[in-house]
Amino acid sequence: MPISLKVNGTARTLDVPGDMPLLWALRDELDLKGTKYGCGISRCGACTVHVNGVATRSCQTPVSRAVGTEITTIEGLSPDGMHAVQKAWEELDVPQCGYCQAGQMMAAAALLAKTPKPTDDQIDTAMNTNLCRCATYLRIKKAIHRAADIKAGITTPVTGGDGVAKPGSPETR
Amino acid sequence: MTTPSRTTARTTAPVSESTNGVNRRDFLRVTALAGGGLLLASYADPLEAVQRLGAAPSLADPSLSAYVRITPDGIVTITAKNPEVGQGIQTMLPMLIAEELDVDWANVRVEQAMLDPTKFAAQTAGGSTATPTNWLPMRRVGAAGRAMLIAAAAKQWNVPVAELETEKGVVKHRGSNRTATYGALATAAATVPAPDLATIPLKDPKTFRIVGTRTKTVNIKNILTGKPIFGIDVSVPGMKYATFVKCPTYAGKVKTANLEAIKAMPGVTHAFVVEGGTDLNGLMGGVAIVANSWWLAQQARKKLIVTWNEGATVSQSSAGFAAKAAALSITPPQRSLRKDGDADAALASAVKVVKAEYVYPFIAHAPLEPQNCTAHFKDGMCEMWSPSQLPENGRALVATTLGIKPEQITVHMVRGGGGFGRRLYNDYMAEAAWIAKETGVPVKLLWTREDDMQHDFYRPGGFHYFSGGVDANGKLVAFKDHFVSYGEGQRFAPSADLGPTEFPAGYVPNLSLDSSVMSLGVPTGALRAPRSNAMSFAFQGFVDELAVAAGKDPLQFRIDVLSSALPTPPAPAPAAGARPPQPTAGFDAARMRGVLEQLRDVSGWGKTTLPKGTGMGVAFYFSHRGYFAEVVQATVTKAGVLTVDKVWAVGDVGSEIINPNHAEQQVQGAVMDGLSQAFAQEITFANGAAEQANFNTYPLLRMRQAPPVEVHWRKTEFAPTGIGEPALPPVIPALINAIYAATGKRIRQIPLSKVDLKWA
Repeated sequence: MPISLKVNGTARTLDVPGDMPLLWALRDELDLKGTKYGCGISRCGACTVHVNGVATRSCQTPVSRAVGTEITTIEGLSPDGMHAVQKAWEELDVPQCGYCQAGQMMAAAALLAKTPKPTDDQIDTAMNTNLCRCATYLRIKKAIHRAADIKAGITTPVTGGDGVAKPGSPETR
Repeated sequence: MTTPSRTTARTTAPVSESTNGVNRRDFLRVTALAGGGLLLASYADPLEAVQRLGAAPSLADPSLSAYVRITPDGIVTITAKNPEVGQGIQTMLPMLIAEELDVDWANVRVEQAMLDPTKFAAQTAGGSTATPTNWLPMRRVGAAGRAMLIAAAAKQWNVPVAELETEKGVVKHRGSNRTATYGALATAAATVPAPDLATIPLKDPKTFRIVGTRTKTVNIKNILTGKPIFGIDVSVPGMKYATFVKCPTYAGKVKTANLEAIKAMPGVTHAFVVEGGTDLNGLMGGVAIVANSWWLAQQARKKLIVTWNEGATVSQSSAGFAAKAAALSITPPQRSLRKDGDADAALASAVKVVKAEYVYPFIAHAPLEPQNCTAHFKDGMCEMWSPSQLPENGRALVATTLGIKPEQITVHMVRGGGGFGRRLYNDYMAEAAWIAKETGVPVKLLWTREDDMQHDFYRPGGFHYFSGGVDANGKLVAFKDHFVSYGEGQRFAPSADLGPTEFPAGYVPNLSLDSSVMSLGVPTGALRAPRSNAMSFAFQGFVDELAVAAGKDPLQFRIDVLSSALPTPPAPAPAAGARPPQPTAGFDAARMRGVLEQLRDVSGWGKTTLPKGTGMGVAFYFSHRGYFAEVVQATVTKAGVLTVDKVWAVGDVGSEIINPNHAEQQVQGAVMDGLSQAFAQEITFANGAAEQANFNTYPLLRMRQAPPVEVHWRKTEFAPTGIGEPALPPVIPALINAIYAATGKRIRQIPLSKVDLKWA
């Protein structure tokens, strides 16, 4: 039975079983491959998308449950890759392998939409279920603070990047 | 502002280099581009290429195989030849070419090469080798391009080459105030004979403009906007999706399978048994299910009823290994790896003697992108898309498995979602190729997370039975290790070995390193800083115990031992079947002492008074040509809750940090990788199979556990070496030693999740 989804603002129709996880509908049916498979049991966060603005694990969301919602993937986070989170990620050169980063950015964007100026602790809480096997956590955290600044109109880019002290200067987290 | 002409500042670098022990010489080929412009390609010695490949030119598009393409608009396109798995090599190797070519980095575009060793020689991601093996060759390619552009300008302007200089993609003649962009000169430069790469002069490092600058990841927008750049994202017209179900015990074979029922499942196009072999590095037996979507293949897999011939290794278990190790520990060692002086006599006369057992587990690589590969077998040719770290090995494995020649196989090198050594092995390539050949359609094979974790080439566990002794002055006089590991006879299992130069060997007058092995039917292999990631924990942990016994400061004790090299260290004699000697042979104790001294300064070691429950630990390790020492500050609550407060890392990887941006990332990532291993990573075996299958039972480090990691460099006069691995090993013992400093509890077993850290 055809299923209608609204993905990145566009109505899409798929002929798939209703219990197919949204992750696989996005990747293999709608050719939106930015959303990643990492564990299939909601433990890594690589598959994070927005469902009605809420960070959601698409690997555990049947397409039938996504009907009638607004789904946003990394491809639709911004029209031009210039969402504050994407800008901050670029400024700080966050990724190593990059595989988890779509999920990280979607989780971060959802956090900032709700909490415009998060503390370190709020970031830890919101992001703690998104795994980064390369462990880019220091830069992710810094980039979320930077994205909050970008959203608030603070334009001074961050230099250096990741909480590493230069010789002689005290490290600040 | 003027810059001095570099023509006079250039030096000729040493020319002879050895790659994998084979002396090779590069040949540069230059081609004019249709529509104007210049193409530069470097070829390995054609004779060697023929010997290596068994014949024939490559299948790759020559324009993709060239290193440098300069078009009239001044855009310089540089090919990145090595696999990218997050180590930043796609950025770093082009930086080396761009530096010597002397172009504006803003005008550089980077493209990924295909596998073509005839043009690119080694295309590998492993062993932190890319920096030492490419430092000169990549620079020479850039320097040759620059020389040709200068020669073209000299001809056009009828002036001597020596009067010309370059800056950011422009050739200048100061005398006549003329300038020409590389873009304008490129077509003419294509007619200039290529210079000899072996003698081309290189820049004085003092004049570097790109090397040493914080350079961002090339093509990062593709990552940030979700472009399909990873192996798992490959899509080919008409492609089907495959899942491959292997026996839970390694090299087990299919006895029966309900194939007809599986074929009747929705969307399934093929289901068949793969016989497979017995070589743990090759194609294993299993059931292939191919469907119109991967999820449908998984739905069919849930209905698969398969019985296995599990083979002899079904009786293996972690409990069995531990019992066997305990038994071996009280019997004489099977072999001696090194013997200096008389360790037993020295222990008998030592003022203080320490004995301890250190144990570490098997661990999995768990890159976040599960293993995958796309293959299309058509008309005797196999086209593949693989995120392999060793694609040439992968091609060879596929050739052997399918019974075809390597030149019948084309490999697209796609980005890997993490490597950590897992993608050095190419089992998934053999599977994808086999399934593609069997079905005749393009197939994307994707493993589940469970497949990935239960069919890894694991970092092997190990058992160390140490004793050591110090004299009345606190000097280390005796050291013994009986290492109980895995293997057969004189042969260690892959990455389960111990070498004769393991520190403190060579720095203690009376030392014996011995080993015994038990047989193993589990695939093992290299995991980021292979061998070192395990040895560091055991040896640098036990060295810390000896420092305490000696009544010395643990950092100073290490410097003291490093200052007591034996007068003539016996040349290490590799045992038959052992892995090739590692660069440990080139260990320079002075460099390590320098790193420790700097670490003492930057970490405030010994200067701060910490409350009970908080402590600093130190360790050093030399691996992959890199010298690293690290201090961990950790806090343990009385209830036993551990927090890593901070880590300081000091590294000596030579004269240049080519891209400080990525080098820092690699150190921070490696440090956290080590912490993650120490905290909770463990693979156990029961009934011959891995018991952990996913991140619920194999927890990785998460953001809340990530400490600040301060990175410092000690620059020395040596040629630059790699950074992907050597920062990992010291952090594990530094953490263990910090826990001791904080609590008085000596940890001799990891992961810590199995250890009670309560204190009072």
